[in-house]
Amino acid sequence: MTSKSLMIKSYVHIRNNKIFRNGKEIFALESGLETDFLKQAYKKLKLNYPKFHKMDGLSKLGILATAVLIGEETVDPTTALVVSNSNSSLDTDLKHFESMKNIVSPAIFVYTLPNIVMGEISIKYKLQSENTFFISNDFNGHLLKDYSEILMNSARAAAVVSGWIDLKNEEYDVFLCLIDEKGNIPFSAEKLEQLYRFENE
Amino acid sequence: MSDLRTELKESIIEQLNLEEMEVDEIQNDEPLFGDGLGLDSIDALELIVLLEKDYGIKLNDPAQGKEIFASINKMAEYIEAHRTK
Repeated sequence: MTSKSLMIKSYVHIRNNKIFRNGKEIFALESGLETDFLKQAYKKLKLNYPKFHKMDGLSKLGILATAVLIGEETVDPTTALVVSNSNSSLDTDLKHFESMKNIVSPAIFVYTLPNIVMGEISIKYKLQSENTFFISNDFNGHLLKDYSEILMNSARAAAVVSGWIDLKNEEYDVFLCLIDEKGNIPFSAEKLEQLYRFENE
Repeated sequence: MSDLRTELKESIIEQLNLEEMEVDEIQNDEPLFGDGLGLDSIDALELIVLLEKDYGIKLNDPAQGKEIFASINKMAEYIEAHRTK
């Protein structure tokens, strides 16, 4: 296994009704609930992907984040996905639980797993790649760095989209970065931690 | 008669989250699956739920759905013949 020199090519944050690409704000909604924000962000990014409206909140966040992260670039189909969060699919699990009082909605049920967001991203970008979803209390840069590095160095992935997509009770926190052999930011656990904790003040 | 078809189109748009679609964009004889509205297998299950919830029709054999959900016209005809509410 050869050790490649890995870089962070681009990164995205979605939190507090705002979207940032490489630290620069590209969209903000002054007020509104998570659902309003997601819908307005979809319009702003001109995604033209009607399936978006059928997804749960976690998947919508993942689709928005990857759209910002990748932009118009061509994605290698072996681009791996290494994602984590602390609330798993709890936001949708609770909606499913509520729907059980009447007739269960199949469209809600199919999103009651956290890794579905990676499936939706894979479908949109036609990825046929490794994907892993970690549940942990907090953002863990070392875990994401180690796992992404193994995938890149073992030639299982040409690039990795790695980070954090969390949602519960209208509160969301998204940080994704594109790891490649090209880029301007050296890839390390410390850098991941630093970028994740980026504050937009 | 046509009110049921309009009602069905409104329900389908709402239940299946076809947010970028308007009622008048759905033709009565247009296929709902495949080349038509492009609905998928999860949408088919949601339509089965819609029949039960809104019209009291319980499909015991999901395979019936293929014929019933062929178009808005077919759905409306089936509902008119079998509705319990």
